[in-house]
Amino acid sequence: MADAVIRVAGLGKSYQTAAGEFPALRGVDLAIAAGEYIAIMGPSGSGKSTFMNLLGCLDTPSAGDYWLAGENVATLDKDALAVLRNRTLGFVFQGFNLLPRMSLQDNVALPLVYAGVDKATRRARARVLLERVGLGKYAESLPNRISGGQQQRVAIARALVNAPRLILADEPTGNLDSHTSEEIMRLFGELNGDGITIVLVTHEPDIAEHAKRQVRFLDGRIISDHLTGAAP
Amino acid sequence: MIRPMLGEAWLAMGANRLRTALTMLGMVIGVGAVVIMLAIGQGAQYAVQQTISTMGSNLFIVLAGSFTTSGVRSGSGGGPTLTVGDAEAIAELDGVANVAPTHQGSRQLVYGAQNWSSQVIGTTPAYLDARAWSIVNGAGFGDSDVRSATRVAVIGKTVAENLFGDEDPVGKTLRIQQSPFLVVGVLGAKGQNLDGRDQDDTVIIPLSTAQRKVFGTPFLGSVRMIMVQADSAEAMERTMAATTALLRQRHRLREDMPDDFFMRNLSAAAESEAATTRTMSILLGAIASISLVVGGIGIMNIMLVSVTERTREIGIRMAIGARQRDILSQFLLEAVMISFAGCLLGLLLGIAIALAINLFTGMVVVISGTAALLAFAVAAGVGIFFGWYPAQKAARLDPIEALRYQ
Ligand SMILES: Nc1ncnc2c1ncn2[C@@H]1O[C@H](COP(=O)(O)OP(=O)(O)OP(=O)(O)O)[C@@H](O)[C@H]1O
Ligand SMILES: [Mg+2]
Repeated sequence: MADAVIRVAGLGKSYQTAAGEFPALRGVDLAIAAGEYIAIMGPSGSGKSTFMNLLGCLDTPSAGDYWLAGENVATLDKDALAVLRNRTLGFVFQGFNLLPRMSLQDNVALPLVYAGVDKATRRARARVLLERVGLGKYAESLPNRISGGQQQRVAIARALVNAPRLILADEPTGNLDSHTSEEIMRLFGELNGDGITIVLVTHEPDIAEHAKRQVRFLDGRIISDHLTGAAP
Repeated sequence: MIRPMLGEAWLAMGANRLRTALTMLGMVIGVGAVVIMLAIGQGAQYAVQQTISTMGSNLFIVLAGSFTTSGVRSGSGGGPTLTVGDAEAIAELDGVANVAPTHQGSRQLVYGAQNWSSQVIGTTPAYLDARAWSIVNGAGFGDSDVRSATRVAVIGKTVAENLFGDEDPVGKTLRIQQSPFLVVGVLGAKGQNLDGRDQDDTVIIPLSTAQRKVFGTPFLGSVRMIMVQADSAEAMERTMAATTALLRQRHRLREDMPDDFFMRNLSAAAESEAATTRTMSILLGAIASISLVVGGIGIMNIMLVSVTERTREIGIRMAIGARQRDILSQFLLEAVMISFAGCLLGLLLGIAIALAINLFTGMVVVISGTAALLAFAVAAGVGIFFGWYPAQKAARLDPIEALRYQ
């Protein structure tokens, strides 16, 4: 697949534990094309987060290969990985992970600081994205002044600020009630409509229904991979 | 890149004000101590320089030495080994600018109902030239006064104040050992000499008069001391050697006989005094610098705590694209800012205390721009040096480990 944003082959990850080496991922093969919208499902401990961290270049695999936007990630140094995290992908966490001492606008603009963008542009971009997620009027507030659902929208705005091709979200609705979860999923749907590739992890089948393709993990392996609506 | 980071460092410092303030206090004390010590040390150096400049330059003295009569040696200055003739002969030597034979001692001065004990120096007019001592009121005495042993006196500022008060001393008559002396001039102020003696507490009279009327020397024409001024610092050594040779020859000393006089290089003594104060001020500065190091260690300590506390924040920053050098500079900047702020406060505090010391004790303090600049350079250095390790530690964190940190 020439236009695969993500391609992994034989991807494995083992953790060192007190009880010895624990294989959390045991050889995963997957290709994700540009513009796809994928939900990753599976029971607790099946290796979903481990997989997402590898895709997000936050962690390094113990086996296999990973090509992100055509580049073999194993050949890149730490700075190059940081640039990938900054420009090519945006990561959304279950726990939002906003910086508590900064205004929402500054939180959203932070990736632009590391991209070396000037102040006026940073401000303008952050404003646009806060408006985009419907929180323009809270630009100067601190994260603890707004609700969890709103915080997650800010986190998504931050992930989007450098116009990445790919959004990775590990249980983005895990801490939210069903109503706010729906709002977040609507936002992801719109983003995918704009052409952004989305990979998200979820436990809930009705959340996964929003995605176009569903991948199921069990014990560090993919056990099913089908389009939404099609029989597994 | 640096501008948004300055703002962030400011935020981080403000997030824990008490801790930042206490950390800064270490630097404040360190820099303050250095500033005060440098001010005192440089003040001492300045005071010594000042004193040396009042002494006169390129001076040495020849003291009458011991002479041996029937196996009994007298102490230095005790023998009649130096004469006015010796002084006149020295004046003929190459490289000699001024020669002043002197005879001095402490005597009681009386003017009206006032009396005052002071140093009386019998000498020739060349003495004032050698010591670069000016007359601020009236005039000095001349060689003719020495030849005819007139009873005239030139008095120092302290004597003028204590004996004459508000009166103009010139033209008045004071008594030394019952003999009346006409005050013809008042000397300019010189302050203390290196031994701490008040140089202005002096009366200068013609040598011949001093010997006859004041000290009553049994050997007329002999002097206790000859002050010699060389043309230049380079000429000092040569002139001293020539003087030694001349005096040995004049005193008919055989090869195997010791000198019957002593020589002392006053300028060299002053130089060594200056060197001593220089050493002292360096020592003071060095001791104070130790507190600067302690302040630096305080910064390092707090930065390490801060890195640990903010591990998760570091993880988040890395997740959204911070490179190692971004994290490094963020923490380094914070350390340098604490250091700088502490330095600025320390500088102000140090200057204030130095001025207070000057005000309350009268000790000379010198606050120089160089010292202030140095303190700043050192503070930046301390910030970078002690901030480096914690910042490095932060930058080397693994993104996923940092994100997992609770
Ligand atoms: N840092 C770690 N050290 C040791 N073992 C780990 C570590 N992280 C994860 N594991 C183990 O690896 C396995 C997979 O974990 P992972 O977090 O990927 O699961 P998950 O699918 O995301 O589960 P959940 O749905 O609960 O989030 C688990 O058994 C977990 O205990
Ligand atoms: Mg998980």
